[in-house]
Amino acid sequence: MPLLELKEVEARYGSVQALHGITLEVAERQVVAVLGANGAGKTTTLRAISGTVRRSGGLLFDGKRLPRSPEAVARLGIAHVPEGRGTFAELSVDENLKLGAYARRDRSGYAGDYEGLLEHFPWLAERRDQQAGTLSGGEQQMLALARAFMARPRLILVDEPSLGLAPLIVKQLFDVLRAWIDEHGMSALVVEQNANVALEHSERGYVLEVGRVAVEGTAAELRGNESVRKSYLGY
Amino acid sequence: MTAGRFALRVIGFALFVAIVVYLPFRISDFRASEFALIGIYFIAILGLNVLTGYTGVISLGHGAFMALGAYTTAILVADHGMRDLWTIPLAGLLAAAAGAAFGLPALRLSGPYLALATFGIAVATPIVIKKFDGLTGGSGGINLFEAEGITGLPEFIVTLPGGKVLSFNDWLYYLTWTFALALFAIAWAIHHSRFGRSLRAIRDNEIAASASGIWLASHKTLAFSISAFYAGVAGSLLAISAFSVQPGAFPVDRSIALLVGLAVGGLGSLAPLAAGAAFLVFLPQWAQDISKAPGVPAVIYGAVLIALMILLPLGVGGLLRRIMGPLTSRLYPRS
Amino acid sequence: MADVLQQVVSGIASGGVYALLALALVLIYRSTGVLNFAQGEMAMFSTFICWELLDRGVPYWGAFFLTLAISFVGGVLIERLVIHSVSRSQALTVVTVTIGLLILLNGAAAWIWKGEQRTLENPFPSDTFEVGGVVIAAQDLGIIGVSLAIVLVLWAFFQRTRVGLALRAAALNPESSRLHGVRVSRMLALGWGLAAVLGAVAGILVAPTQGSFDQNLMLPVLIFAFAAAVLGGLDSPIGAVVGGVVLGVVLNLVGAYIDFFADLRLPAALLLILGILLLRPNGLFGRSVVRRV
Repeated sequence: MPLLELKEVEARYGSVQALHGITLEVAERQVVAVLGANGAGKTTTLRAISGTVRRSGGLLFDGKRLPRSPEAVARLGIAHVPEGRGTFAELSVDENLKLGAYARRDRSGYAGDYEGLLEHFPWLAERRDQQAGTLSGGEQQMLALARAFMARPRLILVDEPSLGLAPLIVKQLFDVLRAWIDEHGMSALVVEQNANVALEHSERGYVLEVGRVAVEGTAAELRGNESVRKSYLGY
Repeated sequence: MTAGRFALRVIGFALFVAIVVYLPFRISDFRASEFALIGIYFIAILGLNVLTGYTGVISLGHGAFMALGAYTTAILVADHGMRDLWTIPLAGLLAAAAGAAFGLPALRLSGPYLALATFGIAVATPIVIKKFDGLTGGSGGINLFEAEGITGLPEFIVTLPGGKVLSFNDWLYYLTWTFALALFAIAWAIHHSRFGRSLRAIRDNEIAASASGIWLASHKTLAFSISAFYAGVAGSLLAISAFSVQPGAFPVDRSIALLVGLAVGGLGSLAPLAAGAAFLVFLPQWAQDISKAPGVPAVIYGAVLIALMILLPLGVGGLLRRIMGPLTSRLYPRS
Repeated sequence: MADVLQQVVSGIASGGVYALLALALVLIYRSTGVLNFAQGEMAMFSTFICWELLDRGVPYWGAFFLTLAISFVGGVLIERLVIHSVSRSQALTVVTVTIGLLILLNGAAAWIWKGEQRTLENPFPSDTFEVGGVVIAAQDLGIIGVSLAIVLVLWAFFQRTRVGLALRAAALNPESSRLHGVRVSRMLALGWGLAAVLGAVAGILVAPTQGSFDQNLMLPVLIFAFAAAVLGGLDSPIGAVVGGVVLGVVLNLVGAYIDFFADLRLPAALLLILGILLLRPNGLFGRSVVRRV
């Protein structure tokens, strides 16, 4: 059974319909990319899953219906790293991480996970008490990811991780994501404009167009698909 | 605006005027004085709407401008023998000047800070009035009963052909409502003027408005000034109807009442604001009619106000807009 | 000199009360963006509840803490039943609701307790100490002590507990908080409950100093509390405390030493604050919000 299943999911912002029936799946320990142009509905898809936007249709996590409210979805073990990162700018780095772990059942695991986090983000230790808003863009993105990791989620939703970041940082980000997934058995659904990077680091992908799934397949299949290559990969 | 819509507005206004003119013939003398007070509040709330409805500034201090207008009239009539009617526009102008003087520096303050600054002014007003007793007559206030300049006297009686007797209260009623209707028409004109459109642009998106060349400072200050003018006129009429002014007539409650009237009438509406004014005059009475036990009328008033805001967050005007939605902007200026 | 210090100490005591109520106002403003004009009346109502408990024979500190508990529940209920319904409305509507609450609570107190003057028991002895020539009232020390204790407890709650962190997060960034599993609406209710507790303490501390009190006890205190909150910065808890103390001290000194202002204490304070706002439009410790378009 797939970890996450979306069946004909629709979503609207007021009177504007953004998703016209999205169907996708994420399996355990899998990274799935969501590609597409601006306005295709990629961010909305993640919002539909985390409950941040009103949606209808079939949304199953572990075979059970996803609840409506974002709080409840988070407590089930789905971590959403949103566009804009959601940093608590006035709080310290340490407090941001503590918030990440807020919904966890096993509070005692926090210390251990924090140690593990430091291996991937060594700079965190020095910046513990620094105000999160003073971090650079790349650092805030990594902090956002770290916050999500602290929740020990079963599924992590990442929205445009590469936005505004230098290629080297982007690579680091994806390396960390991959490492954490391998270590802790997480799955990830990654929305990315940068299709090359995304496909490089995922097993499967979906290409969205105008609120629907246009193409789907394994990363290799997508890279081999001529129209996908021309429209999104640039060659 | 199309000729058709304009014609509809004119007809609507004519109807409004007709009702106002005819009303005293159908109601008692006492009621006429109540409706005169409604007219006064209507004027003040119309002014407050220019400020809050367009710039979003919440003012808890417009009672101070009313006090300024009232005392201007009182001092001019009592100490300088001026005719009361001429003092009304003067009171408005003085209040407008004060509004501009306050409005300009106030621009630096954002929402809640500005609201609290105006609250502070409302609180300070009766105290300051009492302190400068040389000018204001202190706690005793100023009495206008013996003044020469008063036009309508309590003994005023006119018998019309047809038998209707117009009393002093009717005189007050027609006086206040003449001003109310005139100022209502002006408010409507402002709404449809370029100035009004600029103000609405500021309200909807200050940064964009500023970027498109609308000078925020002058517009906001002018809005403040206009709202103060209205409040000043209302205060002046209050002094004339009460034949006196005292500091006790301008407690914080009065400023707060204006805000309540605006909320109940409906921010951004025009004619429905009269409903807000009516609420201010009738509800306390109605609550007292239910029970005179200490505190109970206040409980009723407070409960009704809360319920109204929950059910009609946009006031009577908002309700009417919702009902008339399909007919869109036929009868009420859309804001 | 000793005279001045005396005024300063009693100024700190009255300032402590303003600080507590100002803290309540800031707490609610920070978490829900609402200026709660009914905060004073809520505190007044709590004070009457305390009086009622004492009148029925409950020992002082028992009544004190029971009142705090009842006030907490009251604050939560008000948020859930009244404020929540209008939380998404325009500012004018929300302000009007708090005004309605103010009127209702004042009336309810007048109705239940018949508008008669009551006296609240003073937990502190009425002795005075002399320290280096300065005469200090035990009552003032008591008020300062209790205020300080409450502020410290609150500080510890917000800075050192999980729920406190969640409350702060919910106030700063409700959307992001939700994504981390924080039940933001519960946090808001919690904020109102805590604010009600702060107000209750303020009321219980100030009532004995007035000799007797009625339902109009907190109206002037509310005004000073707003002034203190504005002075310190509406989104700064530290500002509320500092603002309250500074205001208390300044008011005392001005009232004692400047004759012209003796009966103009309130307008003088307000003028002072308006002046400060011109220089620092967001109060002493407030932050200006950068607006993104």
